[in-house]
Amino acid sequence: MPTNISIPINQHIFTVGELTAYVKDLLESNQNLINVFVRGEISTLTKASSGHIYFNLKDEKSQIKCILFKWSSENIKFELEHGLKVIVMGNISVYEPNGTYSVVVEEIQPDGLGALNLKFIQLKNKLEKEGLFSKEHKKLLPKFPKKIAVITSPTGAVIQDIKNVLSRRYPLVRVLIIPTPVQGKEATNFIVESIKTANKTPNIDLIILARGGGSLEDLWCFNEEIVARTIFDSKIPIISAIGHETDVTIADFVADRRAETPSVAAEIAVPDIKEIKYNLNNLLRKSSRLIKNVLEKNKIPLKQTLSRPVFKRPYDKINSYSIKIDDLSSSLSKSFKRYIENSKKGLEKVHIKLDTLNPKSVLKRGYSIVIKDNKTVKDSKNLNVEDDINIILYKGKIDAKIKKVKEN
Amino acid sequence: MVFEKNLEKIDEIVRDLEEGELSLNKSVERFEEGVKLIKECYKQIETAELKIETIIIENSDVINGTSKK
Repeated sequence: MPTNISIPINQHIFTVGELTAYVKDLLESNQNLINVFVRGEISTLTKASSGHIYFNLKDEKSQIKCILFKWSSENIKFELEHGLKVIVMGNISVYEPNGTYSVVVEEIQPDGLGALNLKFIQLKNKLEKEGLFSKEHKKLLPKFPKKIAVITSPTGAVIQDIKNVLSRRYPLVRVLIIPTPVQGKEATNFIVESIKTANKTPNIDLIILARGGGSLEDLWCFNEEIVARTIFDSKIPIISAIGHETDVTIADFVADRRAETPSVAAEIAVPDIKEIKYNLNNLLRKSSRLIKNVLEKNKIPLKQTLSRPVFKRPYDKINSYSIKIDDLSSSLSKSFKRYIENSKKGLEKVHIKLDTLNPKSVLKRGYSIVIKDNKTVKDSKNLNVEDDINIILYKGKIDAKIKKVKEN
Repeated sequence: MVFEKNLEKIDEIVRDLEEGELSLNKSVERFEEGVKLIKECYKQIETAELKIETIIIENSDVINGTSKK
């Protein structure tokens, strides 16, 4: 190894600072390196607390430092992540303190996919992971909605299509139009507010969120995270109908039901009045048949009752009673007769007995009754001379005076 | 009477009749009620006309993307 190098006379010797400054000037003023485009893959990505993002761009051969300042990162429509292939546009910048150079990134876009497309995919994956699209969160649509809030532009074909379908299929429903801009990124907050308004309005039981077809940029508001979350948070079920059949937005994934077009949304929203009429007809016929059955069924015991002997030969019973009555009456009259005869006999006996006891019949035979002081005299001892007595004969009475009393 | 409520009631009545547990009087009563409701529904269908309201939103603050709500 040589011990010294030959330094030509008058050779300018840079200080480190001077050289770095020179290189910096050289690189930063080179027209070819202003607004340069570089293609590469992101690696070793760090987000500083300042909001600036530092990463390396690399390919098979080399890598280069990149800085994305906070103010530039705000315009980026997708998430930077490790391994992502990108094209950046920026300027070379030399950082003098450690003599490194970097690309200060002004713009960055995914290599291959459009930025919006990438953002769409990224947001879709993120929300899907969170479960915002999962079936268990889908609310049931009301069978017979009473009042539908339609969130869309108040002018144009979409609202007209919806009105026409609702009016034809189910004119009983009430419609609340919430006029809302639905064009581009600017419409995002309007849509969010309209969904909230619908949720605050009483009696709304279904929301249709609709707009006609358009480019990805036109439909972008329906791919915004805040719109997706507002749809998810809505207490009222939402049918989304955004763009044409081929357009699918994040809003469609979150909505409780996706319709291919606004007209289809209206068809999904309400039942068909013709079907209801048909059903009503069926119900009328069915209930008529059923009530007939009920009536017939109730007639059966009645018929059975009527077929019983009492109703079939109603005189049977009467006849049998009449016979019984005859029987009874004849036996009654017999026993009555017997009773009378018995009574008569008894009476005759008593009469005879009575006759024998009658004092008159004794008197008739020549006996007399002596009465003193209204008492029958049965013993001469009870009489004295000169007593007044009455004597009852069979015929007539005698008042007499006692002359003499004899005993026996 | 609200149309949807009527439809529900009609369904209920037909179910009651189908079960056949009701007394004769009650069945006839339910049937008559059902027929009345069906007629009512027909009437509502024939006379229905789409009622449309439009909400007026005064939210100039939303235009700037900052809602107070």
